[in-house]
Amino acid sequence: MTFDVARVRADFPILSREVNGHPLVYLDSANTSQKPRQVLEVMREHNERHNGNVSRSVHTLGTEATSAYEDARGKIATFIGATNPDEIIFTKNSTEAINLVAHSLGQHLSLKPGDEVVISEMEHHSNIVPWQLLCERTGATLRWFGVTDDGRLDESSLDELVNERTKIVSVVHMSNTLGTINDLSRIVERAKQVGALVMLDASQSVPHLPVDVRTLGADFIAFTGHKMLGPTGIGVLWGRYDLLAEMPPFLAGGSMIETVTMARTTYAPPPARFEAGTPPIAEAIGLGAAVDYLNALGMDAVHQHEQDITAYALKVLADVPYVRLFGPATPEGRGGTLSFDVEGVHPHDVGQVLDALGVEVRVGHHCAKPVCARFGVPAMTRASFYLYTTTDEIDALARGLDQVRKVFA
Amino acid sequence: MMLDGLYQEIILDHYKHPHGRGLRDPFDGEAHHVNPTCGDEITVRVAADFSDISYDGLGCSISQASASVLYELLQGRDADDIAGIHEAFVELMQGRGQVEPDEDVLGDAVAFAGVAKFPARVKCALLPWMAFKDAAARAGVDVGAAPEVKA
Repeated sequence: MTFDVARVRADFPILSREVNGHPLVYLDSANTSQKPRQVLEVMREHNERHNGNVSRSVHTLGTEATSAYEDARGKIATFIGATNPDEIIFTKNSTEAINLVAHSLGQHLSLKPGDEVVISEMEHHSNIVPWQLLCERTGATLRWFGVTDDGRLDESSLDELVNERTKIVSVVHMSNTLGTINDLSRIVERAKQVGALVMLDASQSVPHLPVDVRTLGADFIAFTGHKMLGPTGIGVLWGRYDLLAEMPPFLAGGSMIETVTMARTTYAPPPARFEAGTPPIAEAIGLGAAVDYLNALGMDAVHQHEQDITAYALKVLADVPYVRLFGPATPEGRGGTLSFDVEGVHPHDVGQVLDALGVEVRVGHHCAKPVCARFGVPAMTRASFYLYTTTDEIDALARGLDQVRKVFA
Repeated sequence: MMLDGLYQEIILDHYKHPHGRGLRDPFDGEAHHVNPTCGDEITVRVAADFSDISYDGLGCSISQASASVLYELLQGRDADDIAGIHEAFVELMQGRGQVEPDEDVLGDAVAFAGVAKFPARVKCALLPWMAFKDAAARAGVDVGAAPEVKA
């Protein structure tokens, strides 16, 4: 079956609107994706027909809500190849998932001076700052992989960087700025060799390519719903159950307890231990619907479509003499997120002119200031694609860039 | 095209040919400001008598042109004039496009009236002005109350 992008687009109501008098060209899916009506309808149906609090109600609505919430957990587990749904913890977003691990795993491992945590220069701030704070709290040392000129992780010092002092390695699976898809097999193997645990920021990979936690070999992965056709306010931490079972809670309160007395509390097993308070119920169910939507198309087909679009976009941008691309120049080992510089024009101005033409891109540092610093620019312009992106939209981007040059010539 | 309101010729001219750019000595106060959402940066230096105002920075056309206009308008003026102009510019930028600027007070800065209609860009225009105010304070001169920067 061939991938029918027109049919896909018909499922996304927002794609038919205009922006500033032009058809919307949405090239900011790495920031947040648009949502198909199937997801929006499932959430509306839940709120209109089945709304009740989860995991505590004996009444029918609560039972229906709990059942839908737990079904979503199961769907997401299957989607990433997890064998046990209890390894799926619902969070607010990837950021909360990473903070959860930084706190609870850091405490479980009793990190101390002399221990090391390894990240990379390619990370989103959400996979940098929690580890900086962990190291400040514990006296552990933060170290990082560099980035090569063509936007790949520099693994040349892998054996020195990941060593017997390393306790945690947390790196990005696909860069939100450079689009690089990291082959993490060597890093995972080395981490295992020295007994370090591995966390992956999979915020940009799970939405766009088939991800199987069994083959990745990581101990934890984090991703977020709103980048994969789901709503905002729902994220996912997947972790190996044996590790989760040993880790102390992160947030404390209702739903995460086994029993409470005034003097002390014992905790529920995962995932409840890490889901204090009323969770984002409709959002979790919406994310389950997003997974259904992606499964119906097939993640291989989604990925192939994006590879085709990316190859086309790389070719188009390579023909524009005043555009300098950051990150891998060919579709191999990269996804559909292209950051670039328009010679002589600040990204803010690029984004403003493109917006006037209905072309929505992200400009700025993309919450990855070290990446910008690595390539010697304060900011970048980023176009990012998804299953609904067309070659016509890439052409609209190229025409828009011509207009940018005209305004600032 | 609706961008005409934003990218006035005056703004593009100041961007392409900035006035007074480059950090100079001597100075009595210096401030470095960043816009955390876009990474733009500016450093402003002032002499306590405002005989010189110098600046350097990285940023979009709006923030850089704004610094150039600031230099033109404020350099060599006395503190009372500067406080009045500063207040008028901040008021213009926070006016959501509803404030009619006074060209006698604001000179080339009236071109920024259109920027006030783009909430995401108001911070760009204000960046040098806020850095200037801090630099002046460090030089011991108060040029007005801190505005609440919205948007």
